[in-house]
Amino acid sequence: MYKYDSLDQTLVNERVTQYEGQLARFLNKELSEEEFRPLRLQNGLYIQRHAPMLRVAIPYGLLSSAQLTKLADIADKYDRGYGHFSTRQNIQFNWPKLEDTPKILRELATVEMHAIQTSGNCIRNITTDQFAGVTPDEIIDPRYLAEIIRQWSTFHPEFALLPRKFKIAVTGSSKDRAIVQAHDIGLEVFTDKNNEMAIKVWVGGGLGRTPILGSVIRENLSWKHILTYCEAILRVYNLYGRRDNMYKARIKILVKALGIEKFKQLVDKEWATIKNGPNTIDSKEINRIKAFFSEPIYKTDKKDDLKKHTTNKSFTQWLLRCTHSHKKEGYRSVTLSLKSNEQAPGDATSDQMRAVASLADQYSFGEIRVSHEQNLILSDVSEDNLFELWEKAKVKKLATPNIGLLTDIICCPGGDFCSLANAKSIPIAKSIQDIFDDMDYLHDIGDINLNISGCMNACGHHHVGHIGILGVDKDGSEWYQLTLGGNQGNFASIGKVIGPSFSEEEMPKVIKKIINTYVKNRHPDEVFIDCVSRIGLEPFKEEVYGKKGKSV
Amino acid sequence: MSSQLIKDNSIVDDDWRQIMPPEAEIEVKKQAGKVVIFKLTGEDSLTSEQIEKTTIPKEGKLLLPVKVFLHHQDNLKSRISNQEIGIWIETHEEIDSFINQIEDMNNLPCIAVSTKKFADGRIFSLGNLLRMKYKYKNELRAIGDVLRDQLFFLKRSGFNSFLIRKDKDAKDALLGLSDFTTPYQGAVDQTEPAWKIINRN
Repeated sequence: MYKYDSLDQTLVNERVTQYEGQLARFLNKELSEEEFRPLRLQNGLYIQRHAPMLRVAIPYGLLSSAQLTKLADIADKYDRGYGHFSTRQNIQFNWPKLEDTPKILRELATVEMHAIQTSGNCIRNITTDQFAGVTPDEIIDPRYLAEIIRQWSTFHPEFALLPRKFKIAVTGSSKDRAIVQAHDIGLEVFTDKNNEMAIKVWVGGGLGRTPILGSVIRENLSWKHILTYCEAILRVYNLYGRRDNMYKARIKILVKALGIEKFKQLVDKEWATIKNGPNTIDSKEINRIKAFFSEPIYKTDKKDDLKKHTTNKSFTQWLLRCTHSHKKEGYRSVTLSLKSNEQAPGDATSDQMRAVASLADQYSFGEIRVSHEQNLILSDVSEDNLFELWEKAKVKKLATPNIGLLTDIICCPGGDFCSLANAKSIPIAKSIQDIFDDMDYLHDIGDINLNISGCMNACGHHHVGHIGILGVDKDGSEWYQLTLGGNQGNFASIGKVIGPSFSEEEMPKVIKKIINTYVKNRHPDEVFIDCVSRIGLEPFKEEVYGKKGKSV
Repeated sequence: MSSQLIKDNSIVDDDWRQIMPPEAEIEVKKQAGKVVIFKLTGEDSLTSEQIEKTTIPKEGKLLLPVKVFLHHQDNLKSRISNQEIGIWIETHEEIDSFINQIEDMNNLPCIAVSTKKFADGRIFSLGNLLRMKYKYKNELRAIGDVLRDQLFFLKRSGFNSFLIRKDKDAKDALLGLSDFTTPYQGAVDQTEPAWKIINRN
């Protein structure tokens, strides 16, 4: 993975000093609340219901075991012994003290970590495929491009105060796991017909209160121009994006208002003035960064050890759901589920973090990835270590065999923590996990994504869940709206609302009815989302609301 | 009272006067949602009445609203050649729409960009455009809601003078110019990115 040189380290250290000064000026009243707000946000600090929330960046979801151990130490020392992994592959601490935040950042800097641009109206953490570099369906490893974009976007002077937040995702696989079409800029790296690395560029996608999938702005962009082209897009957005209404300030609204053709014209006009300019990348720089992501030394001599465990049903269930094919024969990638019903989705205790760090050291070259589905991944595990790893992970409750199943719920912190939320989301996730606790039944239901957001800001990605749940406020009480048919990946789609919303108590029963309808109607081997596409929403509505449209 | 102006890394006296137009008398209707490019961001521009009614003092170095300047450009020739006339623009104004009407931008010793709100980052793009695309060489000044924590970014976007908001300490703000030693990306003040100028291997 990428390692800091003195330039990276100096920048991060200087940022801590700058933030320390900003906080001191706020605490001694040289800065008003309003003046401090954009400054603290640019450093991932929110003021929440109970305490400030600090969001720490995990660039493109990649962590070393030393970094994860440091996060565990911070959770113990400054928080309540746990952290929450977010859908942007970052980690959030919910209980730090405001005065402690510079100390936390100082400690993070010692392991090459920071909270730079994890919030605020700026370019946020670059995200990518959690299986980058190891998945057999990959065409080009997107991580070194993500790192190049990370460096360029860090403290970019022109884009420090955009109309609204700005998210960039990169994928290098034929199967998009980074939901690039739901980003302000989505980049798909591929090899073009001249065998050159090229990039397909989407713009103006996003979830939030106006979910829109991105439009293709460029089919084939040479990798050399990746930064200047992004610069042109961002300049047009910075100048013309709305600033009078925060709900209409994302780039997607501008792209929609102008139309993609007009928007592209403006971008091309701007780009013409900077194309081939100083920020053009060359192969020397690409290769310098690429070298950080070279392959580990894989074992070639291994005994086929897996077969002796095929009679162990729980192990084979886990093998099926939580391990994934790898480009190297004899290796698997392993997802450690953070979705047991004993913890909020995406939460990990410091004890679990240390356990994962140690498992990574023992079995996966000391590296961990965070997925946008809020699980942790060991990317390079030799098959003959899987059984041992499973037994150790089970002890720490990290081996729930539910990856990709109904209870692998994507969920934002919701009304329990977040001051933006209209409704709670964690208890909804738990109530669903509780009634679907029979593993055999879950496996029979098969692949399905259930995503929950506590408000229309959509941190829980409810729009692209096969089943989406959105917390809404009705006359001061909490209700939940259900969408069906959302999807992520190459066939991304936005889910449709099925009808009037439900109370918290009704939610698990409603999900049960949705699942029953699917089980009743499915063809053999037909997964949930395909069944919804085939039969439409009507049968589900009928089951949930009754024939005359009555509620449960 | 000491000066609020930082220029080229030190606090100096300000010999420019910013000329304000009178308040608009008629309420201009907003055209929200209309797909007209310069209306997208929703701000109103000066009315012709405001432009005509702006009084231009007979003496001194003046920063005129760009629209007022354009209106009087021909009468101001001698004062322009005396280096007494500069302009100021607002962050929603489109440089493309007036740049061709200015005879030679580099005859103006000072161009100021006024930002109403700290959070309005358009000022950075405008600085970049004025320096890189339109090749403006003289004093480029940030005015309005200008505070310490924008200064590093403003400097990198091509500004070399900063009029700090009245209630803030300019000496303190000056420190903001040196928050970081070596940034990653090429920008206006340092056009080459770090990887091209230092050996990072």
